[in-house]
Amino acid sequence: MEVKLTVNGMTRSDEVEPRLLLVHYLREICGLRAANVGCDTTSCGACTVLLDGESVKSCTVLAVQANGRSVTTSEGLVADDGAMSAVQQAFRENHGLQCGFCTPGMVMAATSLLAENPHPTEQEVREGLEGNFCRCTGYHNIVRAVLGAAEKLSGDQTNTEVTA
Amino acid sequence: MSILGTRVLRTEDPGFLTTGAVYTEDVQDERLAGACYVHFVRSTVAHARIVNIDTSAAADAEGVVAVYTGKDLADAGIGSLRPMPNMNQQMQQPLLATDVVRYVGEPVAAVVTEEMYQGEDAIELVDVDYDILPAVATMHQALSGERGLLFPDAGTNVAVKFGDESASDPDLFDGCEVVVSEVIQNQRVAPAPMESRSGAAAWGDDGRLTAWIPNQGAQGTKGAITGMLGLDRDQVRIITPDVGGAFGAKFGADAEHGVICWVAKQLGRPARWSETRNENLLGMPHGRGQEQKVTIGGTRDGTVLAYRLEVLQDCGAYLKAGAFLPMLTRMMAPGPYDIPRAEAFTTSVVTNTTPVGAYRGAGRPEAAAAIDRAMDLFAYAAGVDPAEVRRKNLLPKFTEPHKTAFGAVYDSGDYAAALDKVLAAAGYDELRAEQARRRTAADTLQLGIGLSSYVEITGPGGEAGGPNENGTVEVYPDGTATILTGTSPHGQGHQTAWAMLVSDELGIPIEKITVKWGDTDLVPRGGGTGGSRSLQLGGAAVQQASRELLDVARERAAASLEASLSDLVFDSGTSAFTIKGDPDVSVPLTSLAESERLFVHTVFTAPGPTFPFGSHVAVVEVDTETGKVFLRRMVTIDDAGTVMNPLLAEGQRHGGIAQGAAQAFLEEVVYDDDGNALTATFADYPFASATELPSFELVDMETPTSYNPLGAKGIGEAGSIGATPAVQNAVIDAVSHLGVTHIDMPTSPQRVWRAINAANGSKEA
Repeated sequence: MEVKLTVNGMTRSDEVEPRLLLVHYLREICGLRAANVGCDTTSCGACTVLLDGESVKSCTVLAVQANGRSVTTSEGLVADDGAMSAVQQAFRENHGLQCGFCTPGMVMAATSLLAENPHPTEQEVREGLEGNFCRCTGYHNIVRAVLGAAEKLSGDQTNTEVTA
Repeated sequence: MSILGTRVLRTEDPGFLTTGAVYTEDVQDERLAGACYVHFVRSTVAHARIVNIDTSAAADAEGVVAVYTGKDLADAGIGSLRPMPNMNQQMQQPLLATDVVRYVGEPVAAVVTEEMYQGEDAIELVDVDYDILPAVATMHQALSGERGLLFPDAGTNVAVKFGDESASDPDLFDGCEVVVSEVIQNQRVAPAPMESRSGAAAWGDDGRLTAWIPNQGAQGTKGAITGMLGLDRDQVRIITPDVGGAFGAKFGADAEHGVICWVAKQLGRPARWSETRNENLLGMPHGRGQEQKVTIGGTRDGTVLAYRLEVLQDCGAYLKAGAFLPMLTRMMAPGPYDIPRAEAFTTSVVTNTTPVGAYRGAGRPEAAAAIDRAMDLFAYAAGVDPAEVRRKNLLPKFTEPHKTAFGAVYDSGDYAAALDKVLAAAGYDELRAEQARRRTAADTLQLGIGLSSYVEITGPGGEAGGPNENGTVEVYPDGTATILTGTSPHGQGHQTAWAMLVSDELGIPIEKITVKWGDTDLVPRGGGTGGSRSLQLGGAAVQQASRELLDVARERAAASLEASLSDLVFDSGTSAFTIKGDPDVSVPLTSLAESERLFVHTVFTAPGPTFPFGSHVAVVEVDTETGKVFLRRMVTIDDAGTVMNPLLAEGQRHGGIAQGAAQAFLEEVVYDDDGNALTATFADYPFASATELPSFELVDMETPTSYNPLGAKGIGEAGSIGATPAVQNAVIDAVSHLGVTHIDMPTSPQRVWRAINAANGSKEA
């Protein structure tokens, strides 16, 4: 079957097997290998990407279901000048990653979380990331990173308003 | 000013956060062009004779290149994996099961396909005819022999014992006013790194194998592969891509890795393998798996006089590290306590379950859990506060090595200070007051406060002989430097940490320093990363190499400046040698690499392992109506000597605390009576999520070791050692006023609820 979709801002069309999972489409056909497969039961979230701006677990979406839609991966969060997004930067500054396997999915889940709730409490961050497993960090620094990114983003908005 | 001790951000992160790290499954390499995919048919039964394997339908399926069974391997002369020398030598593991399967998930056949998805279809078509045998599902069934033997030729299900039971002192508890005994389950858990097992193998025209395998030390993995396939060492090159967590479970190589390397050779084309999470939870060695009988006795004032630990270790079906780990449990049996009379005996048995291997802490968390649970049992029986019992029995501060009755030589420690500091930070007295208030009010949500005081052992060995590791540093004329290390990071941040060490010595900015590891052609020797050994041995080697490199450079600078060696001063701020009293004359370090390569390869050897220690306070709330446990606070001291990068050290502590706590109240691998795994997916295995854990309160304490110039001890496993008993003790403490004296891990709602009901005599227990 043919799918036509936008991946990280670029439109593309490909011939795919109907049962091809979105995560394998991204990894094997698009060559975007940041999203990882960490389980078979939609439990771990290592494959999380944005589909039309909302986080989905791409191991549980068929590539054909993404037809006509827009997909964003952690590769796509990087600005044209190479700068990481505020969430990505906050993960680095707060040591919110160790082995890195859950990280691209975690970053996408956090990005989606902050888009929905720009000023989350710690508990809201924990609940928002409940579907993303990490074995290395104990979540401590991931939570700090998301709260830090929220602060940074709201600070930037305030500055913008002041300047405007 | 030195950058050591500062919070340098990781240089690994920008790549990991954007395009992602490059794990084995991500590797794109021309040597792997045209690779086929290997999928394994796995046993669906715990114990059976294989009557027949019909591969014909699979062989005819779309995209199938080949199907191999254990017979094909045997015909090719590939033998079974042999146990360590001191174990029962009949307990051998074929790479693919031949006559008998011994656990659910054991590889039975390998199906090779052109494309990835085709293999998932084709493995369903392999028809294995099993003649079911009784499953030895538990350690007690293994001991009694009531369900037969896994290896009839062995004549027993016992793999190995440590400690001489016949030397047990029948009068051990003489003179004790209080003696308590309890059987404690230190249950089996799954390491479950986020990256499952995988591999890729290609043979070159030169007859050499190149294998990409996620591991904790490529040199050990190379040894495992050469052993499995009967190859010479110079025939094998292991490359370690980025590794998505390991926690002890990725040392060496597993049978599947041997098979894919063999398949690539047979077919004359590269082969790749990535397992599913289901396969990972069935096939990757599990951790822990001990039943511990503790007996502790002493006087009514809370002084412990005697302790006996009897361990039954579940090896699973084949002998991995799990069979051996009780030796470490035994060595660390008395922990940080000064117990006049102590003895420990262990018995490792095989069962029809997934093999047990190393998991974060590997033998030491089991020892810490036993002694710290025993301390609480004793404290409650004696009617003395658990903190007071610990304070009374901890070894006093020592700066000269202390040798225990079990042969461990603790390098330095101040256990009581750690306990007092952590109690103060947690607000222990206030917590007890709040607990008393809730008990008086008969609140549904009861408060529990749990303690642990632990000491552990890190950096016990090298590739061969005593604790050692190698490091190489080379400086280039363009101002850059490269480090080669025998350690093997998989999340620990060695790229940043080792660059900090070189930068600190040589004045080269860390962003100009490349760290390489895990390619056996580049780094032929090394002990890898495990046992929390990396900084105290590998980091020390890198620092030593830098210092020795400066010695070489100084000779060249002296010649270049026509100055005497003693007149030369190295300024790491400018990375240049100057002459004393004549600061205008200088020669940059990197220019000394222009005419001749400037590098040093060295080996750092430590006098012995080090013994980090700490104390944890866990605070839980327990709903007495449902039995549900809420972990509210973790306040910890994990003293690992001098800290080189607090950011990284804290990260290690966080992860360890989370895994240790999760064992106490969440995680467990469960088998039914037929040896079927009931926790073989992430939907069933209660992997700790963000909502189940609190933020952690870390208290700093640094007691340097003299065993390496960095003053560093290991930090990787500390959290997982202290957290488990603290959380378990907290849960029991929360309901102890109801008459509960012990609850096994994980303290699930069901277990807690039953314990409460049993204590008040309810029939519902």
